[in-house]
Amino acid sequence: MTAVTPYRSDLRAGRDGFWQLVRAEWTKFRTVHGWVAGVATGALLVVGLGLSFAAGSHSSCSKGPVEVPCPVPPLGPGGQAVEDRFFFVHQPLDGDGVITARVTSMTGLIRKPDATPGVRNVVAGVVPWAKAGIMIKESTEQGASYAAVMVTGSHGVRMQHDFTEDVAGRPGGVSPRSPRWLRLTRTGDTITGEESPDGRRWTRVGTARLEGLPARARIGLFVASPGDLTISPNAAGGSIAASRFAEATAVVDRVSVRGAGTGGTWKSDDIGVTTEVDGVTPHHPGRLERSGGTFAVTGVGDVAPLTGESTVERTLTGAMAGLIAVIVVGVLFVTAEYRRRLIHTTMLASPRRGRVLAAKAVVIGSVTFLAGLSAAGVTLPAGRRILRGNGVFTQPVPLLTELRVIAGVAALLAVAAVLGLALGALFRRSATAVVVAVAATLVPYVLAIMSFLPESVSEWLLRITPAAGFAIQQSVPEYPQVLAHYAPVAGYYPLAPWAGFAVLCGYTAAALALAAYRLRGRDV
Amino acid sequence: MEATIEVSGLRKRFGATQALDGMSFTVRPGQVTGFVGPNGAGKSTTMRVVLGLDAADEGSALVGGRPYRSLRTPLRHVGALLDAGALQPSRTARDHLLWLARSQGLGAGRTDALLERVGLAAAAKRRAGGFSLGMRQRLGIAAALLGDPPMLMLDEPFNGLDPEGIVWIRGLLRSLAAEGRAVLVSSHLMSELQDTAGHLVVAGRGRVVADTSVADLIEAASGGQVTVRTTAREPAMSALAGAGATVTVTGRDMLTVAGMAAEHVVRLLGDRSVPFSEVSAHRATLEEAYLDLTRDAVDFRGAAR
Repeated sequence: MTAVTPYRSDLRAGRDGFWQLVRAEWTKFRTVHGWVAGVATGALLVVGLGLSFAAGSHSSCSKGPVEVPCPVPPLGPGGQAVEDRFFFVHQPLDGDGVITARVTSMTGLIRKPDATPGVRNVVAGVVPWAKAGIMIKESTEQGASYAAVMVTGSHGVRMQHDFTEDVAGRPGGVSPRSPRWLRLTRTGDTITGEESPDGRRWTRVGTARLEGLPARARIGLFVASPGDLTISPNAAGGSIAASRFAEATAVVDRVSVRGAGTGGTWKSDDIGVTTEVDGVTPHHPGRLERSGGTFAVTGVGDVAPLTGESTVERTLTGAMAGLIAVIVVGVLFVTAEYRRRLIHTTMLASPRRGRVLAAKAVVIGSVTFLAGLSAAGVTLPAGRRILRGNGVFTQPVPLLTELRVIAGVAALLAVAAVLGLALGALFRRSATAVVVAVAATLVPYVLAIMSFLPESVSEWLLRITPAAGFAIQQSVPEYPQVLAHYAPVAGYYPLAPWAGFAVLCGYTAAALALAAYRLRGRDV
Repeated sequence: MEATIEVSGLRKRFGATQALDGMSFTVRPGQVTGFVGPNGAGKSTTMRVVLGLDAADEGSALVGGRPYRSLRTPLRHVGALLDAGALQPSRTARDHLLWLARSQGLGAGRTDALLERVGLAAAAKRRAGGFSLGMRQRLGIAAALLGDPPMLMLDEPFNGLDPEGIVWIRGLLRSLAAEGRAVLVSSHLMSELQDTAGHLVVAGRGRVVADTSVADLIEAASGGQVTVRTTAREPAMSALAGAGATVTVTGRDMLTVAGMAAEHVVRLLGDRSVPFSEVSAHRATLEEAYLDLTRDAVDFRGAAR
């Protein structure tokens, strides 16, 4: 046998690395038109369904027989929609100053459903977040900056400012035998709230900085009472929430105000009161009954962030349909290779099988994320504009929150596509993988937001299934100091946005790891 | 070591079937090694084990001295064609090669050069789903050559090729081997390898039945027999038998002689003035040699249907 010189290639040595694999998988993806079209379909579903939802939403308000534009809620200093409706007994305050007052009782009335038709059924009672106390407020405009220290119906003493901020003081209610002293001190733009059982021993509840508080502010007593919220089961197995009229009355004495501009007469304002059909008569007015140094103040309404309005993420409902499209593409991105036995060629080109799966995940995840980002980035602002044109108010949210909602929906689609990929690699069959992925993500979500499961079941579905990821799109937080119907059906998720998203990511990572593990050992 | 495929003692069982039962052979550079055997002999499984797709229960398979799965840009070392039909139907021929090139860090220019080489340049932008089996084989060969590898493993590359394609691939395989590459080509039809393979590994029932050069194999199968055509059958028989040869009558004017070289037969018959019209050394075909070898190793004989 003659000696042979083995062949030597003069081809330039190629680079070896994960990036090469990603490029290979990207080339695979973009050269199958069906997959590109599938992701585009997902994006178009987000846009199309979102905009048609917005176009189909209208809101109109009427005053008697006349249709009028719906009132737009005031915005707080933080930019969020707020409810700012209360009875305010106040004086001007120029610069630094102090107000002290003693709350000796808090009572109220709640209108329950009529037991006898036509007969008002009003019972005595104070709702948990009825508020009575002292306040320093920038002006009597709705939404103006404020800080207040107060007693509440059943959450003890609180110090709150600028609608969203809330600090708890001593728990317990008030009575003539056990009154509560409150004190609010302005030093520059810092307000300090204190409480005392006897007017001598004071405990600080909290401090607030009201940026840009003008020299002249209003200082005084206030009372508010949100509606009485009841949540009852509905016929389908879900629940319905109803809010009924409630008012609160606080008796306050030993009122003293110090500071430049104070000492004049007390002025009463029913801030934010609505009027009857005639446009003049106040609807459910508050009032002040004064006898010497004792003030009996009655108020309706609340000083709190608004919870019940339409949210921006409602323009992104098309994500549900888009999710199915991207899951199908994610699944096919790997099952097509099994079906065509192309997986062998793939494994020949890269015998490190786990890296192939990782490269595929990077490609399908990035492509879907970018498609989802452009879809959501167009749909949310455009949908909000359409809603505004149709008279539907959407709650304004901070820019960062809005970006989180947009990027979050894109990330939700991207991770769902990767979950589809992982399940596709695990089952190696398109139909099985698609069914399992949709059953894991979309089905629990739809069940939870439909109103036919008990709320606790809905909430557990959104905690323990991959559908928890939908929490990433919640734009308005749940406020502990506001009693509202915080349920999936109302757009509130049991987990915080990133926590819910982490649950979805966890499931996806586990499915990928399992797929990689099974891929490693088996013959392909 | 370099550019050599070494298979030693491979065993693999699929359920009740012993697919590989101690398969061992070596594919050396510089020649085409034919890997033949009936269907079910374990040829494809051996290739899949060598390429890291299947794991053997026992034994080792090395390419260039290393397990395939430890190679970083494997297509630069080993080019393989296992299953020409394994294509995404909606992807074009060029894009199929392009993703493979990307995975090895190779430039896009390489794909066009290869499509040219396998005669698919005109079909570069056509979807592979519409390709005939012959075109798919050519595309598969282009993929195997993509990394310009020193070792090649082609499983049944002649399948579906038209006669022109078969001629083309034979020439290609010979020239690849002439460049110093180790080329392993499997086939269940020996005739396809007749003028191509310099070395043969014959497999049957999961192990190697013969590992030999083509020339030696034919020599062995021919068994030194000589055919004599003569009208004087009886005198020829007595003369040859008297000189110690074994003579068999194989026709009205035909004798087969064993144990005597052809020149000796010619001289003997000339000396005795026995007339003859032809004396020829009998050469077995590769096909006959192969059938001889694998007679016992065929698992599934074609049943009359």
